[in-house]
Amino acid sequence: MTTTNTSSPDSATATEWPLWEVFVRSKAGLDHKHCGSLHAADSGMAIQLARDVYTRRQEGTSVWVVRSDQIVASDPGEKGMYFDPSEDKIYRHPTFYVLPAAVDHM
Amino acid sequence: MPQASIAIRREPAVQYLLRLGDTCLILGQRVAEWCGHGPILEEDIALTNMALDLIGQARALLTRAGQADGQGHDEDQLAFLRDERDYFNPTLVELPRGDFAFTMVRNAMAATLLKHVWERLASSSDAELAAIAGKAVKEARYHQQHAADWVARLGDGTAESRRRTQAALATLWRYVPELFAPDAVDEAAQAAGLGPRWADLREAWMADMAQILAAADLAVPQESAFRSTGRQGVHSEHMGYILAEMQHLQRSYPGGAW
Repeated sequence: MTTTNTSSPDSATATEWPLWEVFVRSKAGLDHKHCGSLHAADSGMAIQLARDVYTRRQEGTSVWVVRSDQIVASDPGEKGMYFDPSEDKIYRHPTFYVLPAAVDHM
Repeated sequence: MPQASIAIRREPAVQYLLRLGDTCLILGQRVAEWCGHGPILEEDIALTNMALDLIGQARALLTRAGQADGQGHDEDQLAFLRDERDYFNPTLVELPRGDFAFTMVRNAMAATLLKHVWERLASSSDAELAAIAGKAVKEARYHQQHAADWVARLGDGTAESRRRTQAALATLWRYVPELFAPDAVDEAAQAAGLGPRWADLREAWMADMAQILAAADLAVPQESAFRSTGRQGVHSEHMGYILAEMQHLQRSYPGGAW
């Protein structure tokens, strides 16, 4: 069963800014990679703080942020059911074909 | 034995470079005082980043000033071994850091000024200075945006944050006229193509500040009749204390490095 966040604030987090996940693209052409999270009042502040916290050593050329509570994740309790069955399905790997020489560098 | 002070030649070009270099140096020191004291971890890192940007700019400028001065003084000697009267930063940047609202309003004012100075210095007749400006202007633009963002949040925030921001603005605005006071040093720099007269930047600075304050729902204060004189080397009572803190190590352990 998936649980959802309720909107009623509990005492521990009522005064905290929401959490944001930060994704940084290290250079043009590469994908954005998750690198951490931070607290910020809104998206504008989250982008600025992400720049200051996660790109200060030239790590990035672009930053994405997304509210952590907007991420839908698979249930750790269902890990076995979800992921273990693919363990022995070796035929799903595209390694049983002889490639024509013309596409050798695919 | 304590290290004696060095003296600089009061040439216009040297003073012009030191004004800018000392502005970055002293403001950098003030912003760095937040290290470990930021309101949140992320902002603590942001402030420290900006302090280091300013110190980096100061290093380049003091090195250039030392070359213009021609007495073989390097950046460290100029940063740590001058007497108070030989520092030429405007009084604005030496005032104690105050609360977070004070720091953010001042950062917005100073970054806006520096941004306009750097933009003009990009076409300086001094190629070295132009190169320093080309790098620094990007840093100043970010500092301005960062501070302006906070001024809007605080000025248009809670009753308490608004009260503090208004109080900071009222105090800091008294030090604005000095920034744009014309004098012989600026005239000489303008004539030589070294850099702009700060007086000529007033209009652009005011336009930026009006926008920043409007976004924070704050009124632009009346111009003060008070004239501070830091750019002439005559400072507030706060300058001696910040210099004592900055200079202590170099004075006690001459040439100390790490």
